[in-house]
Amino acid sequence: MNFCNFRKKIIAVVGHYGSGKTNVAVNLALKLSESGNKVTLIDLDTVNPYFRAADAKEKLSAAGIGTIIPEFANTNVDLPSLPSEINRVFDTVSDKSMPDEYFIFDVGGSDGAVALGMYNKQILASGGCEMIGVINMYRPLTDTPETAADDLREIEEYSRLKVTSLVNNSSIGVETTTDTVLRSLVYANKTAELMGVPLLFTSYIESPNVALSDDETFFKMKNATKQIF
Amino acid sequence: MSNKVLMKGNEALAEAAIKSGCIHFFGYPITPQTEVAEYLAKRLPKVGGLCLQAESEIAAINMVMGAAATGTRVMTSSSSPGISLKSEGISYIAGCDLPCVIVNVQRGGPGLGGIQPSQADYNQATKANAHGDMHVIVLAPSSVQEMATLASEAFDLADIYRVPAMILADGALGQMMEPVDFDAKESRELPEKNWVTNGHGGKRKKNIVNSLFMDPAALEASVIERFQRYEVIKENEVKYEEYMTEDADIVLVAYGITSRICKSAVIAARAAGIKVGLLRPITLWPYPSKALGKLADTAKHFLVVELNMGQMVDDVKLAVECRRPVSFFGRTGGMLPTPDDVVEEIKKIAGGIA
Repeated sequence: MNFCNFRKKIIAVVGHYGSGKTNVAVNLALKLSESGNKVTLIDLDTVNPYFRAADAKEKLSAAGIGTIIPEFANTNVDLPSLPSEINRVFDTVSDKSMPDEYFIFDVGGSDGAVALGMYNKQILASGGCEMIGVINMYRPLTDTPETAADDLREIEEYSRLKVTSLVNNSSIGVETTTDTVLRSLVYANKTAELMGVPLLFTSYIESPNVALSDDETFFKMKNATKQIF
Repeated sequence: MSNKVLMKGNEALAEAAIKSGCIHFFGYPITPQTEVAEYLAKRLPKVGGLCLQAESEIAAINMVMGAAATGTRVMTSSSSPGISLKSEGISYIAGCDLPCVIVNVQRGGPGLGGIQPSQADYNQATKANAHGDMHVIVLAPSSVQEMATLASEAFDLADIYRVPAMILADGALGQMMEPVDFDAKESRELPEKNWVTNGHGGKRKKNIVNSLFMDPAALEASVIERFQRYEVIKENEVKYEEYMTEDADIVLVAYGITSRICKSAVIAARAAGIKVGLLRPITLWPYPSKALGKLADTAKHFLVVELNMGQMVDDVKLAVECRRPVSFFGRTGGMLPTPDDVVEEIKKIAGGIA
């Protein structure tokens, strides 16, 4: 099965702060685009002042991926405003005469999902969305299947939408090794079981220290995090 | 097997505070330090502690003073404009000889400034946190790991010397994510807190915590006693890291996130055949003046890199006593230099001393 065969055109990437949502969302956008799909990435993060999908705008544009970015992202304006351009997503998805296009929402961590909840009615009216919960066993507040599931349920409450699948993005940043990833598989499967949803794949950032496949089970990603030194 | 976890700098600092026995946190939300309070709000109640969002920065720092007087480990956290508001309280805490930890995750200023990373509060932190003859120990982490270890160290130093200790971080350190190991810090021997106001129950003499003196001579004596403690701190607690300085013609001086940028610049400049090193102050007060003075024996030029218009550069000039030229390179207002920008500055200097 190709994990890129999403049934819904709206894909919301949610999860705990720092679980790696942005990396997953950006790489998913690149993968879907490589497979010949029209893709737009929406930075819906109203929480993070610095590290966010907007940082990958150039890389995404170069790959032919559209972006919808909050007007004040990466500025000094600490205002959680969202662009009206987002409404285009629902118009496009609802209008059968429009060409198929995937819309990937990179949602802010935990209570940042309130921003997604704002569009709850439009999402449901346009046929619902795939909501991917990103989990990371090496984040202290979601380091067990129980706490990870609790966090996702909180996100469901904030967004008034249901998590439909999980991505295991367990990582300790630059020190991630093959073993780091493999040790998280039991955690990932157990969390998926608790949530009652399928685990789509386990993702990792390409690195000389990680020797894993790039197939249906494992998803090799390029690091989309802004490098400052 | 590694026990490392992946955390934001702000979270690592908060978790380290809990692991150091901090059970009280009083603060007020401000970007880019909000995760400190957010994390503690989730975690402190689970360990029997209290995390309170005060009605203002001023209320928060005065709550810190009250909690510190009872001998419990207490912390507050803010970002640049918020620290200015806390100023009076910090002076009272210093005048009362109370230990506490104050965190400043710096953002651009002056005024409301911006929310992007900055180091423009160096002079405030090291020289003028508040009114009166006083100092605050200032620790400058440069990684998420150090956000944790130096937070623990700050609690120990505050208790040992009965002074407020400050973590001077910046927005980038607060927000970025790195692996962190909470077992990394060695514990220190701490004095008994026999000065606390936690109820004497008729069993001991009462303790008084106060910064008001009726008699000027008594006030002078209390300040002199405190400055004798400051001398001990200067003697024993200076921390810094030297990187490739042994044969360096040009020594970069930088702390915090800027030192990470400079480290990359050192590697790049060395690859281009220029002998460059880095001195990274870890304590900003007390300042590693002696180490810099010693480097002035061998280095030909110092280049200070900061996220401001040039503040620490004055301390470097004092430390090298005009024996070597000291240049400055900085970005401000929330802008970060790249390692390449620093290498360009190094090349300009290298051209002059070759």
